[in-house]
Amino acid sequence: MTDASPTAEGTVYPGLWQARVGLLFKGLRQNWVLFTANKIGLVGLAIIIFFGLMVIAYPFLEQTVWDERGFHPGYGAAFEVYDPVTGYDIPPEGKAHPLGPSWRHPLGTDERGRDILSQLMFSAKNEFLLGLTAAVITAAVATLAGAIAAYYGGVVDTLLMRLADLIVLFPLISFLILMSALFPLGLLELALFVGLFVGFGATAIILKSQALAVKVKPYIEAARVAGGGHLHIILSHFVPNLLPLAFLYMMFTVTTAIFSEAVLSYFGLLPDVTMSWGVMINTTKQTGYTLQFIEKWWLIFPASVSITLLCSAFYLVGRGLDEVVNPRLRRR
Amino acid sequence: MTAYVIRRTIQIALTLVLFVTVVFFMLQAQPGDITVQYALNPDIPPEARESIQERFGLGKPVWEQWALYMKNIVTGDLGVSFGQYPRPVMDILLERLPRTLMLFMTAAVISFYLGFVMGKILAWRRGGITEYVSTIGGVALYTVFTPWFALLIIWLFAVQLDLFPVGKFIDVRLWRTQSVAANTIFKGMLISAASLSAFLFVAYALATKLKSAWKGVIFRGVAVGSLGMMALAWSLSGVGHLALDIIEHMVLPVMVLTLISFAGTMLLTRSSMLESIREDYIMAARAKGLPESVIRDKHAARNALLPVVTSLVFSLAFAIDGGVITESIFSWPGIGLTLLQSVTEEDIPLAVGALVITGIFALVAHLVADVLYAYLDPRIRYQ
Repeated sequence: MTDASPTAEGTVYPGLWQARVGLLFKGLRQNWVLFTANKIGLVGLAIIIFFGLMVIAYPFLEQTVWDERGFHPGYGAAFEVYDPVTGYDIPPEGKAHPLGPSWRHPLGTDERGRDILSQLMFSAKNEFLLGLTAAVITAAVATLAGAIAAYYGGVVDTLLMRLADLIVLFPLISFLILMSALFPLGLLELALFVGLFVGFGATAIILKSQALAVKVKPYIEAARVAGGGHLHIILSHFVPNLLPLAFLYMMFTVTTAIFSEAVLSYFGLLPDVTMSWGVMINTTKQTGYTLQFIEKWWLIFPASVSITLLCSAFYLVGRGLDEVVNPRLRRR
Repeated sequence: MTAYVIRRTIQIALTLVLFVTVVFFMLQAQPGDITVQYALNPDIPPEARESIQERFGLGKPVWEQWALYMKNIVTGDLGVSFGQYPRPVMDILLERLPRTLMLFMTAAVISFYLGFVMGKILAWRRGGITEYVSTIGGVALYTVFTPWFALLIIWLFAVQLDLFPVGKFIDVRLWRTQSVAANTIFKGMLISAASLSAFLFVAYALATKLKSAWKGVIFRGVAVGSLGMMALAWSLSGVGHLALDIIEHMVLPVMVLTLISFAGTMLLTRSSMLESIREDYIMAARAKGLPESVIRDKHAARNALLPVVTSLVFSLAFAIDGGVITESIFSWPGIGLTLLQSVTEEDIPLAVGALVITGIFALVAHLVADVLYAYLDPRIRYQ
């Protein structure tokens, strides 16, 4: 509302789709202005871009600087020196792994002789994939559940909302810990569980209250009078109106998903996940360096700080978006 | 009020039935169902296996199994642990529950109070560097990787400064020669803490009714006096040093739990305060010439409290998860550590039992928060 771009006011669009694209860009520009008004969201975005660059840079580094083969004397076989999972580098004379930072290993190596920086950069991709998969599942499930509960009401509404109440009350990590004993959990299953859990829980409740506000709008009645089916009304009138809010809550799901994976991996409950930030700290724990915060900082800080930073980043972006989506918060 | 509480209790009971049903079907959906788990476990002798099959009603139709499972849970029968074979799961869990309760309650009260007070002050001093630092700091504490944060606290306070013990909940060297069980002391401490807070609550309610200008001072005097009495009673009981040992072991886990969960309350109080500050009655209070601290504490903060209490209900699950992680890092032998250990040992009955207890705990806490909310907000009470 502060400074709408003056050019868009009087523009005459030649056709329908040009008008739609034009309006889309105008909307995006206005939202960007609102988003940038709050520095907190930008801090989060900067951190996400930082880790995004890591994801992009990893394959190039793997092909160039880190494309080195070494010989493991113990096993008598050749090894990829910089492989995040199976890599090994021969320590210099008179020294043993874990090695401190050097030009060869900027963040040092772990007890098993693997390069920390390559582990860190390799894992970033998986964290993003996990978070985004869970977030997309949450958004899809919550939007549909919220729209259906609000649109149909009655028994459907009661069932969905009681289920949501139960899930909201329920500690996710504890649930996932038990799940890891009952089912073999990989990253995909974890994303599915987190996505469904958050999607049928708190997010469904919030989106339903938004859907209730949509339900009483005249255009819904108009659509019904014009002969629109249930599915048509839900998909083309409810869903587009719920998406901005769903997008906001996707950010919080990403935080939840990354955090859950890290905690479960730290406790060693995800045997199928061979490398992630959580696994890195688990390795540190298993090899007994957990409390050497100063002497062996590179075994503890890079992974833990990355988890914390990426989790906060998505949370901060979520709070920044809150000011865009939620008009009540804009100008206090 | 009574009608409201009864209605909420019935709702919670129904949710509990739904919860047990979900757990039951989760177990049914598990690959290689529980029949096989019990039948193939070499730790279990054949005669025990048959009695277990009898009790679970294995081989009967699913709905009969479900009814039996429900009955077993209602009567407190959660099966027998694999890992500590002849011991019933309920027995193990009841032994550990007081420890979790103690840790959780202490942290919940402190973090709520701290979060509320800090959020109140933050909203009052809006803008500037303080706001950014505290918001970023709050978010960082809220999303920090809990295991790492707990380890950091251990490293700082237990290893570097050597102020507190590293983990566990009692010092074995001290307790070896004692004839009292740790749980007896623990329950005593829980009961003392509960009765003390109940007493203070009643005293506070009475103090607000007083017309005297000294009511704040009187209440504080009573509070300090009763705390002193309690401390005196414990030190005269002969087991005071044991209670002190437990408290010493509690400090660090409580600190971690408080720090990770107070930020949520703080941020929420702040935004809730920012809304209530704009209300007309604040301007009216200013126009009357009331002092700033009175406007802040009595007019703005009272009304800002409601959404914060509502969100307390939603943050319960988060706090319980934090508790599970904290217990594991500190080897605090409560429900959370039990859950994690039983999962690593594939002791499924104990793990399910721990989760069921956690769920019941969350539901009961939810009920308490609801009743508290009804007490705070008259609009809810008279619905």
